[in-house]
Amino acid sequence: MKENISIKITSNKLNLQICNDFVQDDASGGIALFVGTVRNHTKGKKVKRLDFSAYEPMAIKEMNKIAEQALDKFSIHKIAIHHAIGNLKIGDVPVIIATSSAHREAAFKACQYAIDTLKETVPIWKKEYFEDGEVWVNSHP
Amino acid sequence: MKIKILFFGIAKDIANKNAIEIEVNSMFNSVELKNLLKEKYPKFDTINDYSLAVNETYIDEVYSLKNNDVVAIIPPVSGG
Repeated sequence: MKENISIKITSNKLNLQICNDFVQDDASGGIALFVGTVRNHTKGKKVKRLDFSAYEPMAIKEMNKIAEQALDKFSIHKIAIHHAIGNLKIGDVPVIIATSSAHREAAFKACQYAIDTLKETVPIWKKEYFEDGEVWVNSHP
Repeated sequence: MKIKILFFGIAKDIANKNAIEIEVNSMFNSVELKNLLKEKYPKFDTINDYSLAVNETYIDEVYSLKNNDVVAIIPPVSGG
């Protein structure tokens, strides 16, 4: 993995400061941060908690691919992509993306690109638990 | 030849296990594997189509499998 890329999947609590500090860079004029949080409802139903699971070795590879693409496509200096797995409660943080660049536009764009692509390609799955049952997100027609 | 299959997300619930190993004849491809899984676990017909990864890399529609390949069943992802 390149030294300007930080990728992590953990069953511990994610640490925003660590992501921020990793991308901090003297040549950068700004840092963009995306912090995903667990929402308390889906389609009008009350969500109690979520359970995230991953195909870890492949997820790490796919996250690294996204980071390398973001470095190629946008003029960013550093990028961190951290994802939590296991049981998460409302308000907990399943994902953090941090990017740094000389000028803000690249950092914003790279941050959005990374979270959008992660949601499409990285083998991580979310099960939502409601008052009356549970469902694997995106799995049913 | 021997193929290892890993189940994730809803596929893990349907198969009710993390992984299985199957013996197939050589010249076995990913489409045949999907058909075999449908026979073995009819519930695979009731969920959204899933992708396959071989040895931790996504594959295209028809892929010739090799002995000792590790195939992951990847239902639509929902990270983030």
